[in-house]
Amino acid sequence: MSQETTHIVSYKTQIFVLLALLVLTAISVAITRIEMGPFNTAAALLIASIKASIVLAWFMHLKFESRFFTVMVAAVFILFLLVILVTFFDYSYR
Amino acid sequence: MSDSNNAHNVSYLDYKGQYKGLSAWIFSTDHKRIGLLYLYTMLAFFSVGAILGLLMKTELIAPGATIMGPKAYNALFTLHGIIMIFIIVVPGLPAVFGNFFLPIMIGAKDVAFPRLNLLSWWLYVIGILIVLTSQFLGDGPPDTGWTFYAPYSFQTPANVLPAVFGAFVMGFSSILTGINFVVTIHRMRAPGMTWFKMPLFPWTLYGTAWIQILATPVIGITLLLIVAERLLGIGIFDPALGGDPILYQHLFWIYSHPAVYIMILPGMGVISEIIPVFSKKTIFGYKAIVLSTMAIAFVGYFVWGHHMFTSGMSGRALYTFSFLTFLVAIPSAIKVFNWVSTMHKGSLDMQTPFYWAVSFIFVFMIGGLTGLVLGSLATNVHVHDTHFVVAHFHYIVFGGTGYAFMAALHYWFPKMFGRMYDLGWANLGWGIFFIGFNALYLPMFFLGMQGMPRRYYDYLPDFHGGNIISSLGAWVMISGIIIIFANLIRSARHGKKTTQKNPWGGKTLEWQVETPPTLENFEEIPTIEKGPYHFGE
Amino acid sequence: MIEHRDDLASKMGMWLFIFTELLLFGMLFVVYAVYRSMHPEAFKLASEELDVVLGTFNTVILLISSMTVAMSITSIQKGNKKLAMTLLIITLVIAVVFLVNKYFEWGSKFEYGFNPGGEELLQLGHGTILFFGLYFVMTGIHAIHILIGVGLFIYVLLQLRKDKIHQTDYIWLENTGLYWHLVDLIWIFLFPLLYLIH
Repeated sequence: MSQETTHIVSYKTQIFVLLALLVLTAISVAITRIEMGPFNTAAALLIASIKASIVLAWFMHLKFESRFFTVMVAAVFILFLLVILVTFFDYSYR
Repeated sequence: MSDSNNAHNVSYLDYKGQYKGLSAWIFSTDHKRIGLLYLYTMLAFFSVGAILGLLMKTELIAPGATIMGPKAYNALFTLHGIIMIFIIVVPGLPAVFGNFFLPIMIGAKDVAFPRLNLLSWWLYVIGILIVLTSQFLGDGPPDTGWTFYAPYSFQTPANVLPAVFGAFVMGFSSILTGINFVVTIHRMRAPGMTWFKMPLFPWTLYGTAWIQILATPVIGITLLLIVAERLLGIGIFDPALGGDPILYQHLFWIYSHPAVYIMILPGMGVISEIIPVFSKKTIFGYKAIVLSTMAIAFVGYFVWGHHMFTSGMSGRALYTFSFLTFLVAIPSAIKVFNWVSTMHKGSLDMQTPFYWAVSFIFVFMIGGLTGLVLGSLATNVHVHDTHFVVAHFHYIVFGGTGYAFMAALHYWFPKMFGRMYDLGWANLGWGIFFIGFNALYLPMFFLGMQGMPRRYYDYLPDFHGGNIISSLGAWVMISGIIIIFANLIRSARHGKKTTQKNPWGGKTLEWQVETPPTLENFEEIPTIEKGPYHFGE
Repeated sequence: MIEHRDDLASKMGMWLFIFTELLLFGMLFVVYAVYRSMHPEAFKLASEELDVVLGTFNTVILLISSMTVAMSITSIQKGNKKLAMTLLIITLVIAVVFLVNKYFEWGSKFEYGFNPGGEELLQLGHGTILFFGLYFVMTGIHAIHILIGVGLFIYVLLQLRKDKIHQTDYIWLENTGLYWHLVDLIWIFLFPLLYLIH
C-alpha cells in the first residue's frame, strides 16, 4: 500500500491553536459569572463544542485527513444527538 | 519470509508454523484458524445452552415443580440467556464465518489486524471464564435474567458481578472484531472490487461491524454502572437515592436492540449468498439488499424503546418508538421479497444448505410478522412479558440467526474442512430439527396470547396442553441437533476428502481458492471485473 | 508471512476505537442530561461545591499537554527524535500532575463525607446524591483513561529510544496522540458540565 502524503503541522500553528483554546477556556469560566438563565448552559456547551472542533481539526489532524474521517466523526456526533433526542421523548413528556 | 513459498501450497489446516499442537491454534493469527477457534468454542457452549433450554422445557411439561423449583429455574433461564446471547448469537456469524470468509470473499490474505483478531478471541474466552465463575463462586448463580434489570440486579445477593463483568469483557472482544472488519473492508478489497461489486455477506458484516462499534460501548458503560452501583452505591439506578431504573432499561436496550441486528444482519447475508447459488440465478435487487442492510443498521439504533412499552415511559415516547419500529420492518421485508424473487424461475438445486436457507425465510417471516404485533402499542400491552415474546424472539434469534448459522455451516463446510458431510443424514437432521423447532415455539404464541407469563417455573393448569406439545417439540428438536452435529463432527474428521474447489457452483471468490484454502488464501490477489453473482443468464 | 504495513488502516482503526470511547462517555452525558433536567437547582448547588480554580488549572494543563503531544508528532516527522522525546516527557509529567490534582480533589470530597455512599452525602437530597455519583463516575473513568495514557506514553518513549519509532514509522506515536486528544476532548465537555453550572 502506498503511503499517503503526510501533512506536517508547524509548531507555530500549534501554539496558536493552544492560545485559542486557552482564550475560549477563559471566556467559558468568565461567562458563568454573568446571569443569563438557560443561556449559560447553552453558551458553555457552545464554547465546549468550538473547543472540541478545534482539537479535532488541528490536533487530531482531521483538517488534513481524507474526508472520510470528518464525515464519520460528524456522523457519530449526529447519532449521539439523535439518541439524546429520542431519550428525551420520554423524559420531557412524562 | 522463508515460509512464504510454503504458505501458497499447503492447506491452512496442515501448515506448520512456529508453534505445535494446541498452541498452533490458540496462538495462530490466521483468520481461518481463529474462525474455527470461535466455532469450536461456540459449539461447546451451544450444547450447554441447549441442554439448559431442554431442562427448562422439561420442567414446564407439567404444572408445579416437575424437576426443579423456582430458584433453579431462575438461575437456568439467566444462564441460558447469557450463554445464548453473549457467547453464541452476538459473536456468532461474524466471529466464525466472518473471520473465515470475509478476507477470502473480498480477495485479501487476512484481516487488517491479525494479532488484534487473536486478541478478540482471547478476550472472548476470558469473558466466558469470568461469566462461568458466577455460577460457582459466592452466593449462588445470578437470577436476574440476561437483561440484569435494575434495581434487582444490584439488590439480589446472587453473584451478579462476574456475570456482568464477563459480558463487559466479551463486549470488548466484539468491538475489536467490528473495528477489524470495518478497516479490512475499507482497505483490503481486491483491486477492482468496488463497493457495489462486493458480495452481500461482506456487506452485511460491514453493517454489523458498525453496530458493534457504535452500540457495544453503550452496554459497556451500562454494565460498569451496575458494577459501580453494586460496589459503591452511587445511586444512578437506585430509586431510593433518586435514580431512575427506567434509565437503566433505556441504556440497556440502546445496545441490546441494535444487538439484535448484530445477530440477524450477517444471517441475512448468508442467506443472500446461498439463495442465488442454489437458484443458479443472479440475486434479485443487489442494491436494494445493500441499502436495506444499511437502513436496518441505522434505523435499528433508534427503536430500543419497544422493549419498554409497559415500563412507564411517556406517551409521546411510546408512539415514537412504535412508529420507528414499524419503519425498521420495511427493509427487512424488502430482503424477503428479494430472496423470493431470486428463486422465482430459477433452476433450484435442492441441497442441504438450500433447505436451511428456505426454512430460514419461513421462520424469519413468522418471527418478523409477530414482531409487528409486539411493535404496535395496544397488542404489545396484552402480550408483554408473556410466552408470546419468548416465541417471537426465538423465531428471530434461533430461527433467524440459528438457521443461518446452520445454513452457513452446511454451505461452507467442504471449503473449511476439505471434506464432505453425508447429505442424507444432513437432510434428515434438518427435517427433524425443523419439525421440532416449530412444535417447540409455535404453541408458545398461543400460550402467550392466553396469558401465560414468561420466566416462571409454574403455570395454571389451563396452559397444560400447549406446554406438553412445546416440551415434546424441544426433545424432537434436540434429536435433530444431535443428528446434525454428529454428522458434521464425524465428517470433519472422517468424511470423504474433497479438493473440489467449487462443489455448489458458487460465483464468489471463496469458491475460486483451493479446498481447503492455503495459508495465504490467494497465490496472487485477483482483479475483480464482474459483480459477485454473475450466473450468465 | 510477508509483513505489510498500512498506516492509514491503523489510523482508521484508532479512529473507530475513538468512536467507541465517544459513545461510552456519551451515554454518561445522557445520564447526566436526564438527571440534570430532573434536578436543575440541586445540580447547580452541588456544582458550587467543586473547586473551579483546580478544575480550570487541570483544564489548562491538559490543553497544554494536547499541544505538546501534537508537537512531538511534528518533531518526529521532521526527524528530531530528541525534541519528540522531550515533548512526550512533558506530556507525561502533565498527565501525572493532572492525576495528583484529581487525587487531592477527590480526597477533600471524601474528607467531607461526599463520597458515594458517604454519610454526609446521604443526608442530602436526591439531586445532590446523583450529581456526586455522576461526578465520581465521570471523572473516575476519565482518570482511568489518563492512567492508560501514561502507560502508552511510557511505551512510546521506550520505542522511540530504541528507534522502533522513527521518522518514517511513527504510527504508534500518532495513535497515542489521537488517544490523548480524545481524553482532552472528553474533559473539554466534562469541565463546564461539572464545574461551571450556573
